[in-house]
Amino acid sequence: MELNAVYVIVAREFKKFVREKSRLFSALARPLLWLFIVGAGISRLVPVESGVPYTQFIFPGILGMTILFSSIFSSISIIWDKEFGFMKEILVAPVSRFSIVVGKALSGTIVSTIQAVIILALFPFLGLKLNVIQISEAIIICIALSFCISALGIVIATFYESYESFSVIMNFIIMPMFFLSGAMYPVRMLPPVLQFVSKLNPLTYGIDAIKHVILPSIGGRMSYDFSFHTSLIVIITTSVIFVFFGAKAFERKD
Amino acid sequence: MSHSESNIAIKVKNLVKRYNHILAVNDISFEVEEGTIFGFLGPNGAGKTTTISILCTLLSATSGNAYIAGYDCTKYPSEVRKSIGIVFQDSTLDKDLTAYENLVFHAYLYNVPKSEIKNRVESVLHFVNLYERKDELVKKYSGGMKRKLEVARGLIHKPQVLFLDEPTLGLDPQSRANLWDFITKLPKEHNVTIFMTTHYMDEAEVCDKIAIIDNGKIIASGSPEELKKIVGGDVVSITTKDNLYARKHIENLLKLEVLEKNNELYMTCNQGETCIPDLIRSLGDKVLSVKIQRPTLNDVFLKLTGKTIREDYAPESNSTKESIRAYRRKH
Ligand SMILES: Nc1ncnc2c1ncn2[C@@H]1O[C@H](COP(=O)(O)OP(=O)(O)OP(=O)(O)O)[C@@H](O)[C@H]1O
Ligand SMILES: [Mg+2]
Repeated sequence: MELNAVYVIVAREFKKFVREKSRLFSALARPLLWLFIVGAGISRLVPVESGVPYTQFIFPGILGMTILFSSIFSSISIIWDKEFGFMKEILVAPVSRFSIVVGKALSGTIVSTIQAVIILALFPFLGLKLNVIQISEAIIICIALSFCISALGIVIATFYESYESFSVIMNFIIMPMFFLSGAMYPVRMLPPVLQFVSKLNPLTYGIDAIKHVILPSIGGRMSYDFSFHTSLIVIITTSVIFVFFGAKAFERKD
Repeated sequence: MSHSESNIAIKVKNLVKRYNHILAVNDISFEVEEGTIFGFLGPNGAGKTTTISILCTLLSATSGNAYIAGYDCTKYPSEVRKSIGIVFQDSTLDKDLTAYENLVFHAYLYNVPKSEIKNRVESVLHFVNLYERKDELVKKYSGGMKRKLEVARGLIHKPQVLFLDEPTLGLDPQSRANLWDFITKLPKEHNVTIFMTTHYMDEAEVCDKIAIIDNGKIIASGSPEELKKIVGGDVVSITTKDNLYARKHIENLLKLEVLEKNNELYMTCNQGETCIPDLIRSLGDKVLSVKIQRPTLNDVFLKLTGKTIREDYAPESNSTKESIRAYRRKH
């Protein structure tokens, strides 16, 4: 692995992220709307379960949503790079495809984690009490989940050549991934087919792991879907698989 | 001249690239010596970019071999990538970064030692006269500035071979001239072999060696001078007081075939310079004017394929057109 190449791929993404502040604000608008408007609305219908109101229940899901959107958006900028030619500059360099994929995945990880941490910092407004350990653990899970989803985004990006496919990715990948992730309702409550699909979704495990950390007292109908360890193992293994497939797909030549 | 293998920067043997049923590159072979400028000339769709893509490891060949600096492009892509710099036909700059950032990005990708990055980036920026504007976003650059920046970028990692795919595409004549000015300096100043493609025939004059490609096949190769010999000499045209007399005289005494058009007499001579004194000597004061036209590479292409390299590309002047017509009639 070429560390210089990984570093510079990440630095490029980070520089652009810092330069376009408006991108950060519009990216944060989505989770805020869901948390304080959709969440607040639905919470009127859903009774408090073992001391956890609905707005707190969806908080891990909203963190997951923040990561989902920003990681996938970051990774599918590869399609943009392909369309505008910059990808060739990277591909023709003496850099292994593995390094390129790791660099891209880490780019998404940093950008996503920053956004997730900003949303996480809102916990006091939801009446949550988190200690330093909980916060640190939540951040670590956010980092792992961001990496995993960014790597998935890279695999998705290798299937598309033009940015016109953006709405396809949005409507047929990102939105279903969000709705079938246990973010808004426990996976257990879904019909069997949807439960099955949800269990194939790495985001589901990430969100479940965050629930374990920041909602330790949750129980009853809102309870966890998996054990903490299962979730962690799934996130880590799928990350490795996605990076592997991403690198393979990058190696493909016509 | 004979050269050992070690002086060969690029070697291509029986290269074929097939896209489904399109034969983009059809069994081509050539060699490029170190430190020379090699021109790949051909019309749109001839297979120039396809060949470059294979040489720079972005595309795999259907069959045949390609070597850069002795490394097989298929077996040792990473060695090949280290040895080459490339300016693609379409821009590959990141327009949302500054010129400086684009260059630093490149330096890191190519693992240039950290202590040298600043020096090298600044020196190539000076080389293309963009140092003053290095901190502007590339999207604010003009087409010519972008092109120069790309050439500069291709030099940062000190490649042995620099590929230039239509480097002057879309530039105005002055920027084209400027760009050629420093491209021709590269082999000496940066110790690099240049492989360029173009379909502006006049630009290919700077090449040491040229291969003309059409429909995926190399139809001729050699130095510009050698290629022009294919045309069969210079075109000399004269006007006289008495065309009938002059014509008979030239045909009998100088054994040249003469064509008459618009009161002008055209003939092809091996050596225009020696032909003109002969003409004047034999025709005396009947000669009113003499014009000599060197064959252009366009004439070569025309002669070989029966079409100009870009049917939509107008020759520079009417007189060139005239000479082309003259050749066409003659051959
Ligand atoms: N990805 C591809 N899939 C199918 N056919 C292709 C592909 N790329 C190129 N071709 C075909 O291969 C042939 C050679 O194309 P190439 O781009 O090498 O031409 P070129 O000499 O560079 O032309 P130009 O002067 O227009 O750049 C063309 O017929 C083109 O349509
Ligand atoms: Mg081309």
